[in-house]
Amino acid sequence: MDTYEDAGLGLLGDPTRRAIFELLARRPSSVGELAQQLPISRPAVSQHLRVLKDGGLVVSRPEGTRRVYRLNPDGVTALRAYLDRIWDQALTAFQKAAEAAPFDPQQEDR
Amino acid sequence: MSSASTIPAIRGTITVGVPVDQAFRVFTDAFGSWWPPEYHIGQADMAAAILEPRAGGRWYEQGVDGSECDWGRVLAFQPPHRLVVTWQINGEWRYDPDPEHASEIEVRFTADGPRQTVVELEHRLLDRLVGGQALRDGITGGGGWSAILELFAKAAANQE
Repeated sequence: MDTYEDAGLGLLGDPTRRAIFELLARRPSSVGELAQQLPISRPAVSQHLRVLKDGGLVVSRPEGTRRVYRLNPDGVTALRAYLDRIWDQALTAFQKAAEAAPFDPQQEDR
Repeated sequence: MSSASTIPAIRGTITVGVPVDQAFRVFTDAFGSWWPPEYHIGQADMAAAILEPRAGGRWYEQGVDGSECDWGRVLAFQPPHRLVVTWQINGEWRYDPDPEHASEIEVRFTADGPRQTVVELEHRLLDRLVGGQALRDGITGGGGWSAILELFAKAAANQE
């Protein structure tokens, strides 16, 4: 299904998978907890988690009766993919803010 | 842990329609006005993100409950052309105070005409973030790590 080249960054091209990834970046969660925060079913969440896990972005471990998912802390791919997304959004937000900022008239005279 | 960087740096470029001084000022002085508020590490919701405008300054967030969480330090503050800060948030989204585990972000501002600025960002030394963790957790065999790096190198090469 996913080629090697797709591992990592490519896996986050899907918006739902990206949403799951970002929820897990904030807090390790079970399938049920993720499903509560997303407009998709538990089986659909599980499906996405499997893909993220196969790609090395996510790991899971049992805690009592449930299985808790989190970003793979040793996963270079997960870390870099996440940072890449952060900067992408941050630079776009910066551009908007810079262009909306009141123009400093001192600089007109230079 | 002192080997050359194996994880490719993240690079981003954006062109903004303002003079270089203004671009630098918004990026630094007004950092908290544009940083996406969902990206923060504190337990509490983020009230402000602050980049102190001097070499040696702190770079941190303030929570709505008044708590503070460091993100890194300002290494170089050279208005209006260059900013270098450390990013010390590890893969578990916690601040790692050890400078050996600090990744670096360099931002360059280049005037492209009187009212246009090219902003280039590089987030580098990413190995240090992961290296710190691998050291702490002990590298658990199985080649998972090098396998992931290899996949990553391929993915990165394909993006060129």
